Amino acid sequence: MNRYTIAVLVRNQFGVLNRVTSMFRRRQFNISALTVSETESNELSRITVVFSGEEVKKQQLVNQLYKLPDVESIEEFTDDDSISCELLLIKMVNEPDTREEIRAAASAFGADTVDYAKDSMIFRLADTTRRIDDFLNFMRDYTILEICRTGCVSLHKGSTTIRQAINF
Amino acid sequence: MMLSGADILVRTLIEQGVDTVFGYPGGQILNVYDSLYKYQSEITHVLAAHEQGATHAADGYARTTGKVGVVISTSGPGATNLVTGIATAYLDSIPMVALCGNVPTTQIGTDSFQEIDITGVTLPITKHNYFVGSVDELADTIREAFRLAQSGRPGPVLIDVPKDVQTALCEYEAQPPVTADPPAAAKELRVKQAAALINAARRPFVYFGGGLVAAGAQSEMLALAEKLDAPIGCSLTGISGIPTDHPRFLGMQGMHGHYASSLGLHNADLIISLGVRFNDRVTGDRSRFAPGARIVQIDVDGSELSKNVPAAVGLRGDVKQTLQRLLPLVNEVKNPEWQEKLARLRAEEAESSDKRQGLTPRNAILTLNKFLGENTPVATDVGQHQMWAAQNLAFKKPRRFASSGGLGTMGYGMGAAIGAAYGTGERSVLVTGDGSFGMCLNELATAVTYRVPVVILLMNNGVLGMVRQWQTLFYGKRYSNTILGRKTDFVALAKAFGAEGEAVDTLEGLEAAFGRAFAAEGPYLIDCAIERDEFVLPMLPPGGSVDDIIVKVGDDR
Repeated sequence: MNRYTIAVLVRNQFGVLNRVTSMFRRRQFNISALTVSETESNELSRITVVFSGEEVKKQQLVNQLYKLPDVESIEEFTDDDSISCELLLIKMVNEPDTREEIRAAASAFGADTVDYAKDSMIFRLADTTRRIDDFLNFMRDYTILEICRTGCVSLHKGSTTIRQAINF
Repeated sequence: MMLSGADILVRTLIEQGVDTVFGYPGGQILNVYDSLYKYQSEITHVLAAHEQGATHAADGYARTTGKVGVVISTSGPGATNLVTGIATAYLDSIPMVALCGNVPTTQIGTDSFQEIDITGVTLPITKHNYFVGSVDELADTIREAFRLAQSGRPGPVLIDVPKDVQTALCEYEAQPPVTADPPAAAKELRVKQAAALINAARRPFVYFGGGLVAAGAQSEMLALAEKLDAPIGCSLTGISGIPTDHPRFLGMQGMHGHYASSLGLHNADLIISLGVRFNDRVTGDRSRFAPGARIVQIDVDGSELSKNVPAAVGLRGDVKQTLQRLLPLVNEVKNPEWQEKLARLRAEEAESSDKRQGLTPRNAILTLNKFLGENTPVATDVGQHQMWAAQNLAFKKPRRFASSGGLGTMGYGMGAAIGAAYGTGERSVLVTGDGSFGMCLNELATAVTYRVPVVILLMNNGVLGMVRQWQTLFYGKRYSNTILGRKTDFVALAKAFGAEGEAVDTLEGLEAAFGRAFAAEGPYLIDCAIERDEFVLPMLPPGGSVDDIIVKVGDDR
């Protein structure tokens, strides 16, 4: 099982997310992370999907996605050739015994304190999925109240763009 | 000029060259039916007995003409009744546009009477579908649907048109019919690689399917087979793609394919596949499929390349154009050893073939062949009769066989035979079984109403024969729910619908009945008695390979 990150550039129409994710469902891929947003063109949306599976089935999925009339382009990312980032919000219990350790860890990871209340505090971290996983694993030693992650977004390094991605 | 959405819908169909549509009216499509009334001199609407039958008719029309089949229904149950027909067309890549009404946009999402999310329901069984939110988009949406249905690998497209979009007014100007997008051209490197593999082959085999028929590439394929001195086999949807009696043609492949065709493919060192997807009913156990063969796969749909079996070279492109580019690069050769082997296989097939006299399934189809004109379309349902027909029918021209291959839809045939008659302007034939016919026999009413000349060969064995065959071979003869035990008098039933009919139980009787049926004005049903323990042979057991082929079954059955 490999882990894949692909971005799908689609026509910005209602139902298009359903069409794209339906392809994953039909091939029985479980989606680990999904982001959807508008792009530099208001006619296009960008869907970034992180999922695991077999190479052959993944290639089949990409081929099938290309057949959707709403799909303009598809790009696949690897750690080496791309910049990826996601956003984490994490709400921790704020109590005297652990407060300083938690704040020190947050500071070490570069997380911002975005809310500070008597019983709780919220940190915000924008980083790679791996760094966020590391931060979360560290925080599991303390009391986590709530976690929210956006899922990954990715761009290729250099001047190439998804619009230049070659169809087959 | 300003027109209502309903008028625009019908005018756009006419503009796209549609002269016949199949359908069934209802509350949320009433305005479109009002427009069909208005434009009835320019477009014929055939009222089916059930929306499923209408969809199969549109499918039969499309299969026999290559044009886009059109079906119209109301919302809710009308729309859901389209589902099996759309899925049938989807799995066999048949161009179709399905139009259905829906509740007004203001009521969408409120579970109104006869409201269903049909674009959601049909998402996985259409190439694309549309919900038309505004009358401004209607004409262009229909045009785009026609373009998509025909482009690349053909398939069904659905358009959901809410009632208020049908009543709203909008400016309309007729446009010329859309044309299919130019198909992808295979990469030059791939064409060269394919030619190199082909030129190194000693036992080449040409294997084609519905994709070849869709591309109209028969003459290119025959030219290739001649140059390579290669035999030709086909999938179920390829049948009628080349004349059945062509000397290079070995017949259908697969689970119930011809012995020489299946064994030939198995022994090839190179398979050139033209618009086929190597369905599991063809390959059996894929790890044991054609073990010594490399595959050159040509398909207009890139996602088919290496999908089911790995191709040594995959060419994404129009089959006709790709063959035209490939032909000059291929050396003309003779393969005497290969031809000897194939001749031996043919002899073995002839030896093991069913030579019984009298009213056997094979003899029934061979007798039917005597009555088929070169333009006569034949539709089938699904089951044993379908395989007997596929094995034994003789065709001269492409697009004369309409059968549900991918989905295997029992009940497909009656509607399809009606659509085929409309498409070709010829008398059509339905080969069916008592199980399948029981599913959609209501369309007999349609054939009677419109005086559609359909010869119905009902191969009546009183059982669900194909399932029974599996039960005999693999389930210890435990005939769970396959003995119908019905008391249906099919001749009386045909007469009750207003059709003609007769029952036969001898081969001579069948031939005489065909004589009357092929002279009848409207539908004519022949209830033909078939012994219930007849088998479809040969048979590759499910998940097996040609090593496991069953050619004969002992008398202990």
